[in-house]
Amino acid sequence: MSETGKIDIDYVAKLARIALSEEEKAKFSDQLGSILGYVEKLEELDTEGVEATAHPYPMENVWQEDVVSSELPVEGALRNAPKQRQNMIVVPKVVE
Amino acid sequence: MSEELYYKSARELSGLLKAGEVSAVELTQSIIGRTKAVEERVGAFNSYDEGDAVSQAEASDQRRAAGETVGALDGIPVGIKDVLAVKDQPLTCSSKMLENFISPYDATCIQKLKQSGAVLWGRLNMDEFAMGSSTENSATHPTSNPWNLNCVPGGSSGGSAAAVAAGEAVLTLGSDTGGSIRQPASYCGVVGLKPTYGRVSRFGLAAFASSLDQVGPMARSVEDAALLLQAISGHDLRDSTSFRAEVPDFSKSFESLKGKKWKLGLPKEYFEKALDSAAMEPVQQAIDFYRELGCEIKEVSLPHTEYAVAVYYIIATAEASSNLARYDGIRYTHRAENFDPKDSVDVYNQSRAEGFGEEVKRRIILGTYALSSGYYDAYFLKAQKARTLIRQDFEKAYEEVDALLTPTSPSPAFEKGAKMEDPLSMYLSDIYTISANLAGIPGMSLPCGYSDGMPVGLQILGKPFREEEMLAIGQVFEDAHDFKNQHPEL
Amino acid sequence: MPTILRTNTQSYNFEGLGKMEYEAVIGLEVHVQIKAESKIFTRCRAGFGYEPNTLVDPVIMGLPGALPVMNKKALDGIIKAGLALNCRIPEVCKWDRKNYFYPDSPNNYQITQYDQPICEGGLVEIELSSDSRASMGEHKRIQLTRIHLENDVGKLNHFSEDSLVDYNRAGTSLMEIVTEPDMHSGEEAFALLTAVRQIMVYCGISDCDMEKGQMRADANISVRPVGQKELGSKIELKNLNSITGVKNGIEYEIKRQTRELKKGNTIVQATWRWDAEQGRTESMREKEDAHDYRYLPDPDLMPVRVDEEWKNRIQSEIPELPFDKQRRFFEEYDLPYTITSVLVPDRDLSDYFEAAAKQSPKMAQAIGNYVTNDLLRELSEAGQSLADCKVTAEHLLSLVSTVDKGTITKQIGKDVFLEMFKSGELADAVIERKGLKSDFDDDQVKAWCQEAIDENSKSAENFKSGNEKALNALLGPVMKKSRGKANPQTVNKLLRELIR
Repeated sequence: MSETGKIDIDYVAKLARIALSEEEKAKFSDQLGSILGYVEKLEELDTEGVEATAHPYPMENVWQEDVVSSELPVEGALRNAPKQRQNMIVVPKVVE
Repeated sequence: MSEELYYKSARELSGLLKAGEVSAVELTQSIIGRTKAVEERVGAFNSYDEGDAVSQAEASDQRRAAGETVGALDGIPVGIKDVLAVKDQPLTCSSKMLENFISPYDATCIQKLKQSGAVLWGRLNMDEFAMGSSTENSATHPTSNPWNLNCVPGGSSGGSAAAVAAGEAVLTLGSDTGGSIRQPASYCGVVGLKPTYGRVSRFGLAAFASSLDQVGPMARSVEDAALLLQAISGHDLRDSTSFRAEVPDFSKSFESLKGKKWKLGLPKEYFEKALDSAAMEPVQQAIDFYRELGCEIKEVSLPHTEYAVAVYYIIATAEASSNLARYDGIRYTHRAENFDPKDSVDVYNQSRAEGFGEEVKRRIILGTYALSSGYYDAYFLKAQKARTLIRQDFEKAYEEVDALLTPTSPSPAFEKGAKMEDPLSMYLSDIYTISANLAGIPGMSLPCGYSDGMPVGLQILGKPFREEEMLAIGQVFEDAHDFKNQHPEL
Repeated sequence: MPTILRTNTQSYNFEGLGKMEYEAVIGLEVHVQIKAESKIFTRCRAGFGYEPNTLVDPVIMGLPGALPVMNKKALDGIIKAGLALNCRIPEVCKWDRKNYFYPDSPNNYQITQYDQPICEGGLVEIELSSDSRASMGEHKRIQLTRIHLENDVGKLNHFSEDSLVDYNRAGTSLMEIVTEPDMHSGEEAFALLTAVRQIMVYCGISDCDMEKGQMRADANISVRPVGQKELGSKIELKNLNSITGVKNGIEYEIKRQTRELKKGNTIVQATWRWDAEQGRTESMREKEDAHDYRYLPDPDLMPVRVDEEWKNRIQSEIPELPFDKQRRFFEEYDLPYTITSVLVPDRDLSDYFEAAAKQSPKMAQAIGNYVTNDLLRELSEAGQSLADCKVTAEHLLSLVSTVDKGTITKQIGKDVFLEMFKSGELADAVIERKGLKSDFDDDQVKAWCQEAIDENSKSAENFKSGNEKALNALLGPVMKKSRGKANPQTVNKLLRELIR
């Protein structure tokens, strides 16, 4: 956590797939720097041997049997699509 | 009488409907009329559909006339935070990203509301994707606090709180990830309840932070909040985090718990911080009330409180960065136009830049960073471990007491714009509410007084899956005061 | 056109490297769809060949508010696979999100298992091909690293201007079987896939139809000088969409890397794809952040605990596996390799064989011959599957017994089988109807033999003077006189007696 305040905003924005403007980058770097500075207080906390909490009330084996019971007609599924053709979503050519 | 209908309690209205003294259509018309009269100033809604509401009310009246089994909320207009999926209605999360999105399915709590006969009324404004404490982070408009239109209603369920306070709905649903029900409830002088994590299904709730989110009721009285909580609670097969716990009959438990001398804890870490003293006074008076009632008031310690905000903002933003990845310009969201994308990455980058507001971007960036290569252990894992310590604090406290009393917020509603440029100070104002989400315990805010004419909230934190106790504790206070009949002048 | 990554390392002296021997090291990631009615995290129908975007629901489309719920069948399936492939099943496994943006992934994260998979370790027995199809190839054991469960993604259809996305496949239960870098040729990789596929089909976990995308493979391939301990830089080779594609793609890539190394070039770790049409590998464009997946435990799903009882129940459902069956067939029925190698890969066919053979093990070979030759040929010509076949194992056994008793000849037996296959009649009925029984008394056969000797005295002489083959020249005419119905063994015996 030592590099706080030095968030690589370009890299993180790329990971998050958000095109940030230069102003946003400067502003966020600044603000996130101070938030991370605040968060740094966690470092002083001794968590040796403490289990991580992923769920407030952990349960196990929450499942359903393999019976079809859910559907969405294609009209419903594509109702909000920005662009569609032949009942499929159109995206710019994906370069693999 | 009709012009007053909109401020009556759900309990009373239910009786009037049953007795045939009022029809659901009349009630709904009253709500519509009130909304039209004040909405320009309050701005609680993103959208509403009068025709749809009236036809739901007509259906309710017909059910009643036909003697068909009617649910507990039959004919009562309930406003819905714009974060819950209602079939064939908009679901915008107050974001440009979903400005044209129509949900093709119902959330589980919405299905339950429909089964209870409620009239679903409008889509309530919020901070975009429930991220914020003021409802200023809405892509549509900021909502105003009905008690002072220059002030924020709190957030993120600001529209839900303001609508109830202003008589634009009898009841509303909100969602609470770090205080998003309780804090606006306190700012707007209403009751807001965040149930135990797992009590209400999250299926159909657009996720902000999955391990913290809960849907909950907002109302003008404790009893009304209980009524709505009853309608939406229960295990759901479609939510793997939904808990298989029996849901008590809350109205019955009010009776059985009446007169109980509660053991109430005051977390010392919540009271030793420099607090807005004016805001503290009503809280202190509320504590005194319980003491005089014969309850045992006891100081308890939640030693890891000081880490809660840090833990919260790591876990919530990390989960959010993943949850909000689906809003990408491809399947159903806003897609950037007027540019020539060379591939889908361009579509993502540009659509997300245009579709998300500033606070959402800030949190996604923070969460992405906290999970990125090399930082996971230092941030996310560390926060998850600290979360365990915070949970254990509450477990220990509840060995000694039945519930905790705290302020809901360090200060009453602030003026619009006051904290917009200082996210950290905005985050720090969640200090009293976020621990309940981290620990998964239920919490409720109810009005306990005023500071400079603005409502102040008392927070009651209860034991997991013991909402009935929290409600009963709240109701004793409410019964002895007249806050539920105090309405803002509009 | 993709760019070929090639870095010259001229600063090093590679003289003599051309003569160096290289070896390839290969690890596979095999994806297998688990057969189930519904998808892995929602009860929306799973399937192949449906109209685009008709197998979807709010969860599959990643709509706001949609939440995943595990499919019990998928868990049963992967536990079965793990037990069949000799994996350890830890007590608890959990779910993680692998975050990356791609249009075929509706949530832009894949639900998978990062650090606590449901199956750890494992061993797969494989058989390499031998020089001759008649003999068994070398057997090896390939180590597995792990098997985990995840959701499949949708399908992109590429056009010149844009791509179209169909989410029908998205959310299908998908296992990823990860091997150790434990193979050294395309042949071994091919054998591994074959073995895995047979086991999956045997256990009913998946049909593993590669054309339907039910089984896919990626390979990690590196090449190093023989004797070097460290692995070379690996190329992840994708798009190996058929079993032969796996073999050809890997072999091509090994040759390419070896050639590069011999030229003194280095291999840069990257992802390449196999272009089956062009018959070559090519590099894929990669994002610089492509491997920063920001894994986090999925907050929407609870962990899975697999107790002994569950494991035992699944274990009891696992049938005898192919190589075990083959070894038993050698032992119990004394079958030749050529028959077992046809029977064993097909569980139904093996069962059919065994239903007949276990009643009369001494006739097992004859039964095996009928099954692997006549039956398979007729099924294939008729375009039928074994399930459609009118000849039951019981009926086949009675036919083989009839031949064995000498009631009809072997040759006639084949004709009788054809009739049985077409009409569904029993062997006896066919024999009776067509009068095929070799029911002549020995005197009649003897008379025909004598006639044949008289007509072919020269052959008889030759046989008498020690030419064994000459007897055949007498056998033919006798069979002809009997219109094929005489028992060749009887004829043989009588001829010998008469000539002596």
